[in-house]
Amino acid sequence: MTEHVQTLLDAVALGSIYGLMAIGIGLVFGVLRLVNFAYGQLVMAGAYALALTQDVSVVLSIALCFAVVLALSLAMELAAFRPLRNASPTTMLVATFAISYLLQSIALVRFGAIGKILVVIPQLTKPLTIGSLHVRWITIVTILVAAGVFAALTLFLTRTSIGLQMRAASIDSETARLLGVRANAVITVAVLISGAIAALVAVILPMAVPERILVTPDYALRETIIVLVGVVVGGIDRLLTATLGGFTMGFLVGALSGFLPSSGSWPFTSSVYLDSAVFMLVIVVLLLRPEGLFTRSRRSVVDRV
Amino acid sequence: MRRGDLVQLLGPIGLVVLVGIIGSLGFVSPDRQVEILGALVSVAIVVSLYVFVGNSGVVSFGHVSFVAVGAFAAGVMTIPVTLKPTITPGLFSLLARHSLGNVPSLVLAALVGGVFALLVGIPLMRLSGLSAGIATFAVLGVTHNILANWTKIGPGPLTLTTIPQTTGMLQGTLGAVGVVLVAFAYQRSRFGRKLRAAREDPAAARAAGIDIHRERLWAFALSGTLCGFAGGLFVHQAGTLQAGDVYLDLTFLTLAMLVVGGVGSLWGAVVGALVVSALGSFLLDAENGDVGFVNDLLGKPLWGGSRLVGVAAFMALVLVLLPSGLTNGREFGLPRLPRIRRPVRGSAS
Repeated sequence: MTEHVQTLLDAVALGSIYGLMAIGIGLVFGVLRLVNFAYGQLVMAGAYALALTQDVSVVLSIALCFAVVLALSLAMELAAFRPLRNASPTTMLVATFAISYLLQSIALVRFGAIGKILVVIPQLTKPLTIGSLHVRWITIVTILVAAGVFAALTLFLTRTSIGLQMRAASIDSETARLLGVRANAVITVAVLISGAIAALVAVILPMAVPERILVTPDYALRETIIVLVGVVVGGIDRLLTATLGGFTMGFLVGALSGFLPSSGSWPFTSSVYLDSAVFMLVIVVLLLRPEGLFTRSRRSVVDRV
Repeated sequence: MRRGDLVQLLGPIGLVVLVGIIGSLGFVSPDRQVEILGALVSVAIVVSLYVFVGNSGVVSFGHVSFVAVGAFAAGVMTIPVTLKPTITPGLFSLLARHSLGNVPSLVLAALVGGVFALLVGIPLMRLSGLSAGIATFAVLGVTHNILANWTKIGPGPLTLTTIPQTTGMLQGTLGAVGVVLVAFAYQRSRFGRKLRAAREDPAAARAAGIDIHRERLWAFALSGTLCGFAGGLFVHQAGTLQAGDVYLDLTFLTLAMLVVGGVGSLWGAVVGALVVSALGSFLLDAENGDVGFVNDLLGKPLWGGSRLVGVAAFMALVLVLLPSGLTNGREFGLPRLPRIRRPVRGSAS
């Protein structure tokens, strides 16, 4: 019983991390209509910033991580997203594919293929014991942080002027601009918030997911793929549905990897086939509800004249 | 066929044959030959991808799955029977007890790729836009995951070795030319024209009675067949294969080659594949200190790893600056000669 509770809690924590990344991707998509495949490389850059400064104080190291990731997001916006603003969504996706690959190869050349071990705050990886239940502190912190970010962002989007402008721009950017919303300002803020969330993920991910303690050039790539898929499956048009999609994928991956046996000779019988199982589900969902799992209205898939 | 159409075909084929001939010249070093062969195989893969992506306008991130199944089929079935128990233990006994020659294995690769694409395409071709892209990506994820783990159909997490390296310069050139010919024939056919019409204006195409789903499915299956065949060429060139070789990196590389050349034309697919391959070779030479002017400019060879960064940066740059690619989506054409104006007799005063 307690085993299952632990697995479920871990799954919720993983879902929270994926949900955070989904917010980062969803925010930028909202204002730019751009699916950022290079989002994972922002996390990767932040993780390298942390890993290379482990001998200085934790606060300074985390501050540096945020600075690096924010600077990189801003650079991405200025150098790539801005010139591509009127390109088709798929061209933009391929372009961010190229940026992701570029950042990976820079990391590979600069830091090598052998990873660096990263533990940001060692105290957080210790377990908390309640009765027979052992939960690591980071699991709880992750869930709380994700909930906090989501609440803060909801307040920001509904209660502040720039937040309101952002929502207006994501619903109809042309009308919003006609009504005096400054597109560049709104986009820059969205890109920066998205970058800050990436930095946060870079701090949390290596502690929360044991396999991610090693920072390599393809760090967070697998997470990005699964989150991107989750965001589209959930419904990329709205932040809430996108976040829910990301969370669901994380929860599913976490729960399935906890409950499936670790070996089996046929596909789909063990946890090595976890990715297959998840992607098969994704295909089924996309076929049944191409406009998104959590979206309310069913729009026609084929555009009408 | 009009003369202009013939020129459209002769451009890509001439370029591929030229590359093949250069690769066969006596003075070309063996290392360079490997690179040229790699470029020819890339042409085959990128043109196969173009058959679907270029004609339908739907980007597929899953085509490397068809390359992968083709490569694994051709690889597993050409290893000598006596070596199979050591290299890939656990195969189904049917696979373990038989082996094929070079040409039958290429046919098998094409078949496997085509059937797989047809089966996947029947449900998937109903989707469009971003959900189509993500769904094809999911197919790639499933294919990779199964190929990398299931030891009854292949090596699983191990590496397949001792695959006969039968893709020489002749087979590479002929293979690439064959794929280009099929792609050209398709895009000039009734089916290809219907699909291109649907790409330009889906609503008008539907109003004219075109069944978009069916046309896309044909293109997808044909493209999968060609991808499987190209996967066979790929594995017979490399000699070794593991699931990671035909996954994200190859997906990115081939898509970027296509977009760099220009998604909308066959000429763009060929040019993109060759230009990116050539850039890679050039940067590798510069890293090794074989390029004189780079050495003079920097005072030393280009630092190690520049090839990776350089190719990625070039692709990102072309995508940002020229979103419609180097060829701007146009087919090959000879530059028009300026007409010589003859002075009209008697009008000169």
